[in-house]
Amino acid sequence: MVTVTIAVIQFGGSNCDRDSVQALESLGLDAELAWHEDGLPEDVDGIVLPGGFSYGDYLRAGAMAARSPIMAEVREAASEGTPVLGICNGAQIGCESSLTPGAFTTNESARFQCEHVHLRVENADTPWTSHYDEGEVVELPIAHGEGRYEITDDRLDELEADDRILFRYCDADGNVTPEANPNGSKHSVAGVTGENDHVAVMMPHPERATLSDLGRTDGQGVLRGFAE
Amino acid sequence: MTAFTATVTVRLKRGVLDPEAETTQRSLERLGFELDDLRSADVFELDLDAESADDAADRAEEMAERLLANPTIHDYDVEVDPAE
Repeated sequence: MVTVTIAVIQFGGSNCDRDSVQALESLGLDAELAWHEDGLPEDVDGIVLPGGFSYGDYLRAGAMAARSPIMAEVREAASEGTPVLGICNGAQIGCESSLTPGAFTTNESARFQCEHVHLRVENADTPWTSHYDEGEVVELPIAHGEGRYEITDDRLDELEADDRILFRYCDADGNVTPEANPNGSKHSVAGVTGENDHVAVMMPHPERATLSDLGRTDGQGVLRGFAE
Repeated sequence: MTAFTATVTVRLKRGVLDPEAETTQRSLERLGFELDDLRSADVFELDLDAESADDAADRAEEMAERLLANPTIHDYDVEVDPAE
């Protein structure tokens, strides 16, 4: 078996880094923590930008981390085909660094929200969603204050036309409704891919729904994307 | 070189929801104030030495483009004055 080594990048204020390593290892994947100041380890086969509050969410969530030197290495690795997954604060960093389009900004409620949500799989033809069926409903936790997806209408039309929406917030039956949209995200978008689908970001936490000891394991399929 | 203060004001583009501003407006209304709308903005004051006011403005603009604003959701403007 080929060993896949995934670097989970730690910024000051990351707090889902160890959870991500543990979740990945539980799936038989080789994962290691990488402190951002040490640069990207050589020969990594995948990169996780984990959740947390990098740089205290100063200015905008993810804004400072997105401009740290390691992100230039991450962008270069991504352009060479290395899979990159940004989760929660990592999703904010991904959008702030232009790995993925749009922006995640203040929740419609103007509050931090920590709850379980339902997501509808919009495109099951990506590494991150190929373990699901299109239209399948999964349940994952969210924990964010700035998770409302914003983008211009034109750009969103393009993303939808190009099938770059991974997940939308929905109710338990898979209906995408305003009531089931926890943060006011445009078109209920919860996750998108970059120009190529080996780069993706999402606000919900698959790593918090991977270990069977903790309940549901709906998030496993997303992390298994690294083994594709 | 002259000392300037560049003031960069970063605000959400018109049409982008601002939940904090809406909450603030509601609180003002609860206090009995009447108003039609409330918009919030971030203001950054940058002290810098530059050859000219235009040079100072160019540098402040680049800082806004690179970090202070997110072009997906923000507009910004820059004003330059001699430093006090």
